[in-house]
Amino acid sequence: MKPSGSAAPTGKPRLTTSAMIASIAAEGQRTRPAPFGHALVELARNRADVVGMTADLGKYTDLHIFAKAFPDRYYQMGMAEQLLFGAASGFAAEGFMPFATTYAVFASRRAYDFIHQTIAEEDRNVKIVCALPGLTSGYGPSHQAAEDLALFRAMPNMTVIDPCDAHEIEQVVPAIAAHQGPVYVRLLRGQVPVVLDEYGYNFELGKASLIRDGRDVLIISTGFMTMRALEAAKALTGDRVDAAVLHVPTIKPLDSETILREAGKPGRLVVVTENHTVIGGLGEATAALLMRSGVHPVFRQIALPDEFLAAGALPTLHDRYGISTAEVSRQIKQWLGR
Amino acid sequence: METTPTIANAPTLAQRAYNIRRNALRMGEVQGQGYIAQALDIADVLAVAYFHAMHYRPEQPSWEGRDRFLLSNGHYAIALYAALIEAGIIPEAELETYGSDESRLPMSGMASYTPGMEMSGGSLGLGLSIAVGIALGLKRKNSSARVFTLFSDGELDEGSVWEAIMSAAHHKLDNLVAIVDVNNQQADGPSTEMMAFEPLVDKLRGFGWFVQRVDGNDLDAVVAAFDTAKSCPEPRPRIIVADTLMGKGVPFLEQREKNHFIRVEPHEWQLALGALEAGRQ
Repeated sequence: MKPSGSAAPTGKPRLTTSAMIASIAAEGQRTRPAPFGHALVELARNRADVVGMTADLGKYTDLHIFAKAFPDRYYQMGMAEQLLFGAASGFAAEGFMPFATTYAVFASRRAYDFIHQTIAEEDRNVKIVCALPGLTSGYGPSHQAAEDLALFRAMPNMTVIDPCDAHEIEQVVPAIAAHQGPVYVRLLRGQVPVVLDEYGYNFELGKASLIRDGRDVLIISTGFMTMRALEAAKALTGDRVDAAVLHVPTIKPLDSETILREAGKPGRLVVVTENHTVIGGLGEATAALLMRSGVHPVFRQIALPDEFLAAGALPTLHDRYGISTAEVSRQIKQWLGR
Repeated sequence: METTPTIANAPTLAQRAYNIRRNALRMGEVQGQGYIAQALDIADVLAVAYFHAMHYRPEQPSWEGRDRFLLSNGHYAIALYAALIEAGIIPEAELETYGSDESRLPMSGMASYTPGMEMSGGSLGLGLSIAVGIALGLKRKNSSARVFTLFSDGELDEGSVWEAIMSAAHHKLDNLVAIVDVNNQQADGPSTEMMAFEPLVDKLRGFGWFVQRVDGNDLDAVVAAFDTAKSCPEPRPRIIVADTLMGKGVPFLEQREKNHFIRVEPHEWQLALGALEAGRQ
């Protein structure tokens, strides 16, 4: 993404622009291409029951990598999301493990009843892997799935995962294959940042992980907001703020034990941050858990507002809605009175 | 448990259809209400499906080689239970529990409750999409089993049904046999007045299906349609458009004007069973 204000050949300032799909990687950041697609190919080599299905978004969910490796196990269902998930249920009923992909908005909003009834209620072994979660598209609300975690959290039987980076996505694929039952995974696709390998982190289904410890603030984060939280934690050391980061990739079932243990340590501000509306995601799930358990730290949320988000360039929007690294740092400093 | 019928002593399809209607009326009496008119209209189709067209093992409802039967119109569960009881998949004694707490026979069909119930219905327009996935899965496994799916004319209003109709033709699913029950009655009134779906045969042919339209209460015609659907060599999904009469077999129910979800007075159930008996040939 070009920084705003750089000069175009005409001499007019070049505006930052919106795009349907944009990388969340910062300039110069380490990335790996299509981690989901490659991990699925790896899985499918050892598991003949894996099939890939999509609704006209194979290329945009990195499933084209799988399609190329296993053309006869790839099912193009056309731009028909209700059919996609109903048919995935049918495949699972016959003993297959379908990985069904589309954009998060279409799975959560358009095909919700199909996933609810044919997959979750029947407890079918379907892995739903969806690109453009939360605010990862500048295309406007049609492609911004700000509420997908809330919707899928509310669905019985559904496991919900929001991975942080390419390293984690590669580990999520075999982990969800080993789990019997429906799973919803938020997908980062294309050139995906690699962050968590530096911390010796490994994904474990249903487990939260303390990536970094600190005395002043506990940041509980999920998805790529863990990357932002780690960047903010580094920046905050310059302001003599010591930040801990607890990564919670599995939104459901929530790792209550680890969250309560960390949030229960005295003297720390608790900030939950997520690439999701403030309603119904990790923030509210954590708040409810703390209230039920009698753990009452000073509690704040950094998440998307309860409004239809604007179209625009992702860096602009992430700044505007408070989920950029700079904004995460600024808000924490403000709450700490630094 | 009765012994497996030989050709000589096998009940006729007409007897099977009668027994399915009778089972359904007895379940309706337990609840005092229900989708009984639909059960009566579809009994002949179910008799042909379960006692002529489909392969299955009553003692092993999940047998891998079985033909799958998907009830998309979950509110017809009372009809399918009646057929599953007649087929020996559900014990007849459970009929008394229909729609009651802890019963395996809830009023709307659900996969996890009932042996022989392959999908959870209730929300209309789901079945054909699931059937597409099952048909694709059976082909992947090189299985010779077929998937049969029943849905109602009201479900033709649902866009998802047309997604699945296009998809089944696209994937040339010749192992898929759909049956649409055209009883021209849905919740708010006659189906054709809710959303014009005719000319249905032309539409379905235009979408690439092998289409037959029959009187769904004429057993010989229904048998012929299932036979042709199975033997047709064309690489297309097959559909039987079955025109049926709500309440078939019980004249006073056939004539009841609003019969989508009928309330039958307590004394009328015995009258209905009597009328059904009187109508036997």
